[in-house]
Amino acid sequence: MISFLVDKELRVEQHPDPNMTVLNYLRQQLGKTGTKEGCASGDCGACTVVLGELDGDQIRYKSINACLTFISTLNGKQLITVEDLKQGDQLHPAQQAMVDNHASQCGFCTPGIVMSMFALGKNIGQPDKEEINEALAGNLCRCTGYRPIIEAAEKMYAVTTPDRFAIEQQQTIAQLRKIQPQQQAELSNGHKKSFNPTTLTELSTLLEQYPDARMVAGGTDLALEVTQFHRPIDTLIYIGEIAALKQIELSETAITIGAAASLTDCYDALNHDYPDLGALLHRFASLQIRNQGTLGGNIGNASPIGDSPPALIALNAKVVLRKQNQSRTLDLQDYFLDYKRTAQQPGEFIEKVIVPRASDNGEFRCYKISKRLDDDISAVLGCFNLQIHQGIVESARIAFGGMAAIPKRATACEQALTGAPWNMATIETAKQALLQDFSPISDFRASQAYRTQVATNLLTRYFIELETPDVTTRVTAYV
Amino acid sequence: MSNHTHKSNSHAEMMALAKQDLTTGVGRSVKHESAAKQVSGEAIYIDDRLEFPNQLHVYIRTSDQAHARVTRIDTSPCYEVPGVTIAITAKDIPGLVDIGPLKPGDPLLVEDIVEFFGQPLLAVAASDHETARQAAMAAIIEYEPLEPVLCVEQALQTEHFVSDPHTHQRGDSSAALAKAKHKVSGSVHIGGQEHFYLETQISSVVPTEDGGMIVYSSTQNPTEVQKLVAEVLAIPFNKVQIDMRRMGGGFGGKETQAAGPACIAAVIAKLTGRPTKVRLPRMEDMMMTGKRHPFFNQYTVGYDDSGMITGCEMKLAGNCGNSPDLSDSIIDRAMFHSDNGYYLGDATITGYRCKTNTASNTAYRGFGGPQGLIMPEIILDEIARNLGKDPLEIRKLNLYGGEGRDTTHYYQKVEDNVLPELLDDLEQSSDYQQRRQDIKAYNASSPILKKGLALTPVKFGISFTASFLNQAGALIHIYTDGSIHLNHGGTEMGQGLNTKVAQIVAEEFQVDFATIQITATNTEKVPNTSPTAASSGTDLNGKAAQNAARTIKQRLIDFAIHHFSVSEEDIEFRNNHVLIRDQIMAFADFIQLAYVNQISLSSTGFYRTPKIYYDRNTARGRPFYYFAYGAACSEVVIDTLTGEYKILRVDILHDVGASLNPAIDIGQIEGAFVQGAGWLTTEELVWNDQGRLMTSGPASYKIPAITDMPIDFRVRLVENRKNKEDTVFNSKAVGEPPFMLGISVYCAIKDAISSLSDYRISPALDTPATPERVLWAVQAIQQNSVKQSAN
Ligand SMILES: Cc1cc2nc3c(=O)[nH]c(=O)nc-3n(C[C@H](O)[C@H](O)[C@H](O)COP(=O)(O)OP(=O)(O)OC[C@H]3O[C@@H](n4cnc5c(N)ncnc54)[C@H](O)[C@@H]3O)c2cc1C
Ligand code: FES
Ligand code: FES
Repeated sequence: MISFLVDKELRVEQHPDPNMTVLNYLRQQLGKTGTKEGCASGDCGACTVVLGELDGDQIRYKSINACLTFISTLNGKQLITVEDLKQGDQLHPAQQAMVDNHASQCGFCTPGIVMSMFALGKNIGQPDKEEINEALAGNLCRCTGYRPIIEAAEKMYAVTTPDRFAIEQQQTIAQLRKIQPQQQAELSNGHKKSFNPTTLTELSTLLEQYPDARMVAGGTDLALEVTQFHRPIDTLIYIGEIAALKQIELSETAITIGAAASLTDCYDALNHDYPDLGALLHRFASLQIRNQGTLGGNIGNASPIGDSPPALIALNAKVVLRKQNQSRTLDLQDYFLDYKRTAQQPGEFIEKVIVPRASDNGEFRCYKISKRLDDDISAVLGCFNLQIHQGIVESARIAFGGMAAIPKRATACEQALTGAPWNMATIETAKQALLQDFSPISDFRASQAYRTQVATNLLTRYFIELETPDVTTRVTAYV
Repeated sequence: MSNHTHKSNSHAEMMALAKQDLTTGVGRSVKHESAAKQVSGEAIYIDDRLEFPNQLHVYIRTSDQAHARVTRIDTSPCYEVPGVTIAITAKDIPGLVDIGPLKPGDPLLVEDIVEFFGQPLLAVAASDHETARQAAMAAIIEYEPLEPVLCVEQALQTEHFVSDPHTHQRGDSSAALAKAKHKVSGSVHIGGQEHFYLETQISSVVPTEDGGMIVYSSTQNPTEVQKLVAEVLAIPFNKVQIDMRRMGGGFGGKETQAAGPACIAAVIAKLTGRPTKVRLPRMEDMMMTGKRHPFFNQYTVGYDDSGMITGCEMKLAGNCGNSPDLSDSIIDRAMFHSDNGYYLGDATITGYRCKTNTASNTAYRGFGGPQGLIMPEIILDEIARNLGKDPLEIRKLNLYGGEGRDTTHYYQKVEDNVLPELLDDLEQSSDYQQRRQDIKAYNASSPILKKGLALTPVKFGISFTASFLNQAGALIHIYTDGSIHLNHGGTEMGQGLNTKVAQIVAEEFQVDFATIQITATNTEKVPNTSPTAASSGTDLNGKAAQNAARTIKQRLIDFAIHHFSVSEEDIEFRNNHVLIRDQIMAFADFIQLAYVNQISLSSTGFYRTPKIYYDRNTARGRPFYYFAYGAACSEVVIDTLTGEYKILRVDILHDVGASLNPAIDIGQIEGAFVQGAGWLTTEELVWNDQGRLMTSGPASYKIPAITDMPIDFRVRLVENRKNKEDTVFNSKAVGEPPFMLGISVYCAIKDAISSLSDYRISPALDTPATPERVLWAVQAIQQNSVKQSAN
C-alpha cells in the first residue's frame, strides 16, 4: 500500500500494477490528461510533473518525467500536475507568462514546459538565463524555437504574490507528515510486486528473498525496460526511501555520496571541488532526469556510455558494495568487468561512492562530446587527471567513456605521459599511445574514426587549457 | 460579450466606443485562441478524449525486413492473448487496400511485397495497447528476402524511380558552360528530417448507425482522410465525417501520412462495431512514417570574373522512399527553388524521383524547396572563395533584378523583388562588415575555436504547385445574441491559423475576437477542402472566411438600407457597433433586429487563387501567386578539435507583407528558423545496412533543445511593405519560407571552416553538419592547406 497526495487529495493505492508509470496512472487511471506523452522515454519532457517532498519543515519541489517514474516512487509525496495550477479562472503566473509571451503554438509540449517553469519558480527566486536553460533543457518544443518560452520564464517572476502552493504550504506539510513512510510499503498485482524498503536491513532481506528482483533508484534507466523494451519486471525494489543511501558527507579527504542520492544533489556536492564534473553533470540528461536519477544507478547500469563512471575513475573514486552487514570497497574501475557485467555479487548493492577531495588530486578536466550539446548521450567522454610537478608529469589517470565496452582507463596513454616532460611532443606521443588503448565501435552517434580522432584531440585540448588558461577552448563557454 | 451590457450603454457612450479602433482585429498581436487552454492542460488532443467502455486500442505490427516477399502471416497466435478482439491483415480490408494519395504504392497493410523496414503488416485490437502489442508480436510472419535498394545514388544510377524525371530549361546551358571563364562543379548529400511533431500520429474512430464513421484524426488533410476511410470501407464519402480540432504539431508529416492510422482504426471499427483508437508509439511513428526527402544534388556552374553566374546545370535526385506519395510535387518544388533569389543564366535543372526501400518520404515544411534552395548558397560560397571575395558580395551580385535578369528558369517573372533592399538593410542592421573584421581578428588569436558568419536570403514561392488545390471554403453563422460561429477548411496545428482567420472575420464585422467561436475542422461543415499545407492556410481559408463574412455583411447592409431608409454610405460597422446615419446600435442588437426581419445570418464562403498556372509539357508558367522573402545573418563558433559548434547570434529580417498578427508571424519565423537550423546540424537520420532506421527515437535523433537556440536572437518583420497581390489584407504566407533561413547557420559553419584556409577553400560539407562531419571538413581543409604550403 502506498499513500500520496494528488495535489491536495490523499490517495491510497494497494493493487496497482507496480510496472505502471505515473504518466499512465494519471492519464488512464485518474483521467487527468493534461500531462502528455511525447515519447515515453524521458527525452521530450511533455510528461513533466512536479513532486513535492517533505524536507525538514519545508517542501522541496522537483520536476520529473512522469513517463519514467514508477508509481511506487510517489509514496509519501505530493504529485502536482498542470491541472492543479489554475485556480478558478486565474492562471498561475507560470501559465499566464506563457500566454502573454505567445509561448505556445501546437501546445503539446506546453503542459510539460509549464511544470518545469513552475518547479523553477519554486526553487529559484529570480533565475538567470543559464538557470532557465538548465530547467528547460529537457523540454523539447518543435514549434516555437524557444525564445518566447525563455521570455515567459524570465517574466513570470514579475509576479511576487505567493501562489496557492505557498499559501497552503503548512496544510500540505501537515498532510505529508501523516503519510511519511514509517515502514516498508508493498504493492502487489497478480505476480507483480514492488517494495519500498526504508532501511538497509530491509533491502538486504528483500534481495535475499527475491534474487531476481530489480532495484529501482531513479528508474530513469530501468523504466525504459518496461516502457520501451516491453519487458515487464516481476519484482521491483524502490530504494529511494532508505535515508542511509541518500546521505552525502563531506570530510577533509573525501566526498562520500550515498548510492541513491539524486544527481542534482551530487552536483551540489561535487561542483565545488571539480567544476568540470559539475559542468558534466549539468549536461547529464536533463534536470527532470537528474532530479530522479542517481549516481548508484548510473554506475549500477554499467553502461559503456554512462557519464559519471569515466570521470569518477579518473578521480580514483571507490565504490562500496554491501551485502547484509558486510561492506567491501573497490576501486570503481574494478567494478566494471565487461559489457553490462560488473563485480557486484548476487545480494549485493552499491551503498556509496567515495570521491577524493580536490586538493591532492591534480588537474582534472572532463569533456563530453555529443551530437547535441544538451540532453544527449556522449559519443565520447574524455576525463583527464594529471599531476604535473616542475614540468614533469608525475602521475596520470585518464579514462574514457564511449570508447570500449566499459568505462575504461587509457593505460598506454597514461604510461606514455607518466614521467615525461609536459610539452606538446609528449602529447603527440601520448596520442599515439592512446590509439593502442581503444578500438571503439561505429554507431549512429559517431563513427569509430571520429571517436578515435576526438579522443586524441582531447589531449590537445587538455594541454592547451593547462598551458594557456586564458584561451577559450570550448564552445560551451558561450552561453 | 452579452447583449445586456450594450443595452445599458447610452448613445454617447456607444458613439465614444465606435470612435475607437477594434483592438483584436487584423494586424494585432492577438494571443493564440487556444493558449489559455494549452497552458492549463485543458486543450483536448485526440488521445485526451473520453474513452468508451468498449474502447479498442490497436497495435500495428510492421516488417523487420526492407524488401521481401511475405510468404506467410499467421495471426492465430494473437488470439491466444487474453483481451484480444481482432487481428487483421490486408485481406480483411473491405474496400481499397492502397491508400496512395495521388498514385498507388501505399498499401494500408502489405499483401505481398514488403517495401521497407517498418511497413505495416497486420494490426491487432485489444482492450489496451500493451495487450494489443503483445498479441501482435505473437503473430507468425515469414519472408523470402529480396535485394533492397537503400542508397539514392544507386537508385539514380540504375534509374530506379517512382516516376519520371522532369526538367526546367532556359537557354542553352551546355553552351553557356562551354563559354564560361570559370566553372565549379560538385555534389552534395542533403539529409532528410524527421518531423518530430510532439503528438504522434493518432486517430480515434466511432462507428455510426448508418454504417459510417466519425473519425477524429490528427490530420492536416481531413478531406483526404474522409476519402480514404470511405474507400477502404467501400462506402460513400457522405457516410464518413472527419473531425479535427487541433494537432500537436504537423509540419507536413500529417498531410498524407495521418491517413494510415485513421483507415486502420476505421477498418477495425467496421469489423467489430466498436470504437477504435490507433495511436503510434514514438518509435513506431518514426519507423513507419516518411520524412523530409534526402537529396543527392550535383551541379556544374559557370561564372565570370566578377562572380556572376552565366550558366548552370543541376541534377537534383530526391530519395522518395518506396512509393510516390507526394514526391512528384516535392521534387518539382526543389527544382522551382534551385535558384533561390538568384538569376542562374542559361540553366537546365532536372529533378529525379529515386525509389529506395525506405519509408515513403513526404511533405515537410518547405516541401522540397529547402533541398533545392540550399544549392545556390553552396555554389555561391564556392565562387566567392575561388575569387577571394566575401560571399555576401557574390550573393548580392547574383540577385534577380535588372534588364533581362528578372525571370526564373521556369519563366515566371519575379515581381516586387524585396531582396536587394532587404539584404542591404540586414547587412547594416546586423553590422555585418564590422563583425566580419572582428571575426577575422578573433580567429587569428584563437587556436581551437573559430567563428564564422554568413548572411543568406530566401525567396519562396507561395501556392500549391498542383494548381487545383488552391481553393478553400468557410462557414459562418451569426446567432441572435451576436455571437459568431466560424468554421473553415484549414487545420490548426499550432501555426495560429484559427486565430488569424478569426481576426479576419472580427475585422470584417468589426467585433471583438472574443465574439467569435472557432470550431473543429469538420468535413460536414466545410467539404472538399485542400490540405493545410504549402504555407497557404491563411491565404486560402482567410479569404474564404472573409468572403463568407462579406456575404452576410452585405445582406445586413441591404437590410439596413431598406429598414432605415438610408443609403449604403450611411452604414458603418465600427468596434462592436453599427452606425446607421445618426443612429448607433450595439452589434448584437443589430443582429437581433436583422433576425426578426428574417435576414439569413449564415453563409459559406469560397476562394480560389487567381493568376496561377503551370504547363508541365513546356515546364513553363506561373506556379506561384507571389514570393515571400527573408534573410538571416548567423554567427557561429566551431571547435576545430571536435567539430562541436554553437550558434552565437542570428539576425533575421523577414517579409510577411502586411502582418495579420505580428506575434504569431514572429513565432512562425523563429520556430521555422530553429527547425531549419536543426535540419542542417544535429538532426541526423541513420539507417543500418539492413535498411532499419537506427535513429528511431528522441534519444538518438536530436532536434534542437533550448540551448541550441541562438544565444542572441533578433527577429524583425519588414515594415510597410504590403503584398502587391490581392491577398487577404495584403499579408504574405509565413509557415514555410523562414525554415530556409536556417541555411545561414550551415553557411556560417562553412565560413568558420573556410577561415582555416584563409577563406580560399569552400569546404565540402554534406548535411546535416554534425560535429563529426564538421571535424572531417576541418581536417580536409587543414590537410589541404598543409599540402599547399608544402608546394
Ligand atoms: C532521456 C535520458 C537521458 C539520459 N542521459 C544520460 C546522460 O547524459 N548520461 C548518462 O550517463 N546517463 C544518461 N541516462 C541514463 C540514466 O539516466 C542514468 O544512468 C541514471 O544515472 C540512472 O540512475 P537511476 O537512479 O535512474 O537508475 P535506475 O534506472 O533506477 O537503475 C539503473 C540500474 O542500476 C541498478 N541500480 C540502481 N541503484 C543501484 C544500487 N544502489 N546498487 C546496485 N545497482 C543499482 C538498477 O537495478 C538498474 O539496473 C539518460 C537516460 C534517459 C532516459
Ligand atoms: S513523454 Fe517524453 S519525456 Fe516523458
Ligand atoms: S508548441 Fe508545439 S511543440 Fe512546443
